[in-house]
Amino acid sequence: MTVDKLLERVLYVDLDRRSFHVEQRPELFEEAIGGTGVAIRLLNEECPEGADPMGPDNPMIMTVGPMVGLYPLASKTVAMFKSPHTGNLGESHAGGRSAVALRMAGYGALVVRGISNMPVYLVINEQGVEFRDASALWGMRSSYTVGSVLREREAGSGLRSIMRIGRAGERGVTYACVITETFRHFGRLGLGTVWGNKGLKALVVHGKQSLPVADRRAYRRTYDDIFETLTESSLMQKYHELGTAMNVLPLNEMGALPTKNLQTARFEGAEAISGENLAEKYLGRRVACAHCPVACIHLATLRTPYPSEPYFYKTQMVGYDHEPIFATGSMLGLDEVNGMLTLLDEIEVQGLDAMSAGVSLAWATEMLERELISLDDTDGVAFTWGDAEAYIEGAQKIVTQPTDFYKALARGVDHASSIYGGQDAALAFGGNEMPGYHTGPGCHVGYLAGARHSHLDNAGYSVDQKVAQKGNGMTPSELAETLLEEERWRQVLTSLVICLFSRNVYDPDTVVRALEPLGFATTESELRDIGARILREKYAFKEREGFVMDDLRIPDRITQTISPLGHVDPAYVREALEAYRKGL
Amino acid sequence: MAKRLSVVDNDLCVGCQCCMFACARRFAEGGLAKSCIHVQSAGGIDKGFVVVVCRACPDPPCARVCPTDALLPREGGGVHLDHDECIGCGNCVEACPFGAIQWDGEQNKPRVCVYCGYCAPHCPYGVLALEELEEAPHDRG
Repeated sequence: MTVDKLLERVLYVDLDRRSFHVEQRPELFEEAIGGTGVAIRLLNEECPEGADPMGPDNPMIMTVGPMVGLYPLASKTVAMFKSPHTGNLGESHAGGRSAVALRMAGYGALVVRGISNMPVYLVINEQGVEFRDASALWGMRSSYTVGSVLREREAGSGLRSIMRIGRAGERGVTYACVITETFRHFGRLGLGTVWGNKGLKALVVHGKQSLPVADRRAYRRTYDDIFETLTESSLMQKYHELGTAMNVLPLNEMGALPTKNLQTARFEGAEAISGENLAEKYLGRRVACAHCPVACIHLATLRTPYPSEPYFYKTQMVGYDHEPIFATGSMLGLDEVNGMLTLLDEIEVQGLDAMSAGVSLAWATEMLERELISLDDTDGVAFTWGDAEAYIEGAQKIVTQPTDFYKALARGVDHASSIYGGQDAALAFGGNEMPGYHTGPGCHVGYLAGARHSHLDNAGYSVDQKVAQKGNGMTPSELAETLLEEERWRQVLTSLVICLFSRNVYDPDTVVRALEPLGFATTESELRDIGARILREKYAFKEREGFVMDDLRIPDRITQTISPLGHVDPAYVREALEAYRKGL
Repeated sequence: MAKRLSVVDNDLCVGCQCCMFACARRFAEGGLAKSCIHVQSAGGIDKGFVVVVCRACPDPPCARVCPTDALLPREGGGVHLDHDECIGCGNCVEACPFGAIQWDGEQNKPRVCVYCGYCAPHCPYGVLALEELEEAPHDRG
């Protein structure tokens, strides 16, 4: 493969010395494409074995790929780091404008080393890096305000990405997120915690470069073919219309929507928090990531009266998607939409991962019910299913950590349950809190075996649904092979870096056809080989850092609450995990 | 009859930048350096977007401030840029009250809409349209 001269530029930033330099690394991108593939190479180069995720040796890596800035929906940035949440591989993806902005600033990858001795934010553009004092922004209550301050203060309007952390990242909550363009997130595994630990409050990235192609005529033709499929066919319709929230009702109907800490998988309030109801009564605006005509980002209008002053209202936009709805809605038994949106808004203000925060609060509610913790532990907050106000207070206290219990909860349910008990109900997989699917064994094997412990690693939830439709089950090794094949191919997509929502448009043929005019002559089998190698490299890093498949904890709760495919058998799950490990 | 690009309705804009990328793709390249369209948020993404394109003024202020006559008024409204004559002074950018003249930092020259309409079909939300200029330019919306 050959690559363009901008993509191969790696920007190295040293926070200790406040210095930066650029290196041309063509071999990195030739061998590993970009995105995930390049990020794991850089992580291996930068992160010493056994590095403390909260120490100066933990690097913060961001990568984009060859298709970014050239094709629609090539709109994601990959972040890699050692996760303070799991103590192992940290990989988180986000859209917004981050990917196009990094590419347009003229970089294929960003590596941030060291720890700043004072809060800083960085401005990254074609000229390099400017270091700015962020001490006045540190400790601000709301991540929204940080965004507005930087929007006013910095250049590049319309072309820039403003990524920032909230107080959760400053205060070491291990599942703090990085917020980009207000409504998108590097949500999972604690990228925000790494930033906070580095004294890095925000990144402002902008630029406006040309990206020449090898075959100009073929490029335009291929672009238009892909653009037409993305906008005219039914493949993107669900993301386009109701957004990911359209999953709520079907999952609930099949009994796969985790509810009240997965004590059940059907929620009586599903109708209220459904994509349909939110679109009809709350949807205020739809917006898009850079270079994406689909516009799946759905913003609800939240109108809140001021209690002290009649006829005064605060009107805000709150982003919603399936996962945040599951985590703050069904999982907490919360079907009062204004309450759910207010909780989501507070989670945004604090800069928490909505999924880990929701699952942690759900576990705390059950622990209070089972009297494994007391109101002293919760600082007087009586968590009760459906009580939005208690959960809003809980989200704040996870950040301020007034008691030992909140200090533990700020490290997730795996850690908290190791102290307070209730591991059977602690819904974390490989240390990462669960996503919003209880479809059968496939989703759970997928969370456990996936390199990021994310539902997006290998889409086990989708495998379960296909099994349910066809009515014939899979052996553990068949399931493992299906998930592995998907996860290998997804390494290619996330190296290019294409939004996984468009995976049915960017099938292998289309990817090969799209790369050709850029000067990347390749084949499907070559790409699949690269994907398999990238996955092995990620796993090699995990194993180097102590990951053992056999040691994974299977939460009892997933075997107790019936799924659409019946009770999940832990022996089956173990067998599938073993097959997965061997298949790697 | 001369044509111009019109912004049908800013409120339909989702901020996807597909028009900006389309404009650059006229030159069969990726990226944004050659784009003549600018889309920015109206003070944060939650407030929506503002799409800035050349309005094809009947008496264009940008042309009046060009010291080399590289930017000449077009019959019926708007301007035509002669790249060879342009010295890259940037006066035109300052003179446009809408900020509709973009800057190509790679070539150090302005980028002005050529009213070709290539962008319009690449806006899936119908924000942009190519329209015929009417005879009485002062009545234009």
